[in-house]
Amino acid sequence: MQPRRSATVRLTHWMSALGIVALIVSGTAILLAHPRLYWGETGAVGTPALIDLPIPFLLGHSGWGRYLHFLAAWLCLASGVIYVIHGLASGHLRRMQPAYNVAQRYSYLLVVFVLGPLVLLSGLAFSPAIASVAPAIVNMFGGQQSARTIHFFVAAAIVIFVLGHVALAFKGGFRARMRAMISGHEAESS
Amino acid sequence: MSKIISRRTMLACGLTAVAGAAAVRIAGRYGLIPPDSGGLYGIGETLTYASQRLLIGKHALAREFSRGDVSRVIPVNGPPPEIEAYDRLLVGGFADWRLHVDGMVARPAAFSLADLQKYPAHTQITHQACEEGWSFIAEWTGVRLSHVLDLVQVDPRARYVVFFPFDNFWESIDMIDALHPQTFLAYGLNGRELPPEHGAPLRVRVARQLGYKSVKYLSRVIVTDSLDQFGTGVGGINAEYGYSWWGGI
Repeated sequence: MQPRRSATVRLTHWMSALGIVALIVSGTAILLAHPRLYWGETGAVGTPALIDLPIPFLLGHSGWGRYLHFLAAWLCLASGVIYVIHGLASGHLRRMQPAYNVAQRYSYLLVVFVLGPLVLLSGLAFSPAIASVAPAIVNMFGGQQSARTIHFFVAAAIVIFVLGHVALAFKGGFRARMRAMISGHEAESS
Repeated sequence: MSKIISRRTMLACGLTAVAGAAAVRIAGRYGLIPPDSGGLYGIGETLTYASQRLLIGKHALAREFSRGDVSRVIPVNGPPPEIEAYDRLLVGGFADWRLHVDGMVARPAAFSLADLQKYPAHTQITHQACEEGWSFIAEWTGVRLSHVLDLVQVDPRARYVVFFPFDNFWESIDMIDALHPQTFLAYGLNGRELPPEHGAPLRVRVARQLGYKSVKYLSRVIVTDSLDQFGTGVGGINAEYGYSWWGGI
């Protein structure tokens, strides 16, 4: 039986999986230091919040959180770049798994080409270094605090995608789906 | 069964490893490796510092705002140092305070507040963000760090500037940010004297990095070619507590 997924697709899938889980965990650790979201350029305790998340302020976890967040972001970026280059070169993106329905295909393309770049750009927008060299990115989101708020909501959309994706893997027979994504072979019976 | 790892994959991994090793050597030569580059997190940190350092270069300027954008709330992060020496200087209006600048410089010097206020004053309205997530815009007045560094004549081999306040806090920045036109020593905030809770008599402002690099209550500046001799060698008390040395992101 021919492998149905190339090694590159499987490798980048697990790189992204590891990266996204690390981003969600570390992003939560960072958010806990200041779980208030604002609109515009600035915001702080004592100024009106757009959304006051109903979770307590928890300081002391953004150190490792930030280290892990940026390491995981590099991992996701690397896997995204490899995936897209490979996908264009091999035609994978054009002839995606026939097992996927239209909604699945569009949601994968949405994550790779819309939500992924958007979460990366909005994250970069509240880096003071990037804001200095590329203020257009900040202006695109309407300010550094707006970018932070958008980053939160795009991340939340990615979390919803991940939950749906994992739920579908369970529905399709978890062991068989895992085997397919690890070895590349579809099981004879699933 | 086909081989899981093909010869082509092995070749690609080998080439990646060789290219990676070469990149690390080149990055080291061009000052693109941060002091906290050790361990697994150090990989991400090095990629972030090196890429942002190359991207923003020497000249990219942080955005400046108008007076109308100045925030009404400027959060205070902790009280002034509870040290007798600081209290005495505060009561005396900082008349006896001196900023000591030494290390790899030809003419080590001590500057009084009046000395610093005689030099060309620089005012900027910039955004400052805390790594926690909050931020504000304020108008700062002071003297460019590059002006002070020119006066003491920095050794061309120097690579970092280390900031020491009255308490046990300390931080450092690389020479590119030290000489950046928006990096300065501020003695004024929003048109008034810098208040004690915001770092009186003098604080650093590094416009292209997060707030924790902008050391308050400045007392001493040391110019150096290596951060190894300071603390555990990771370049600042924040890095020693597990917060990245590079505050550009």
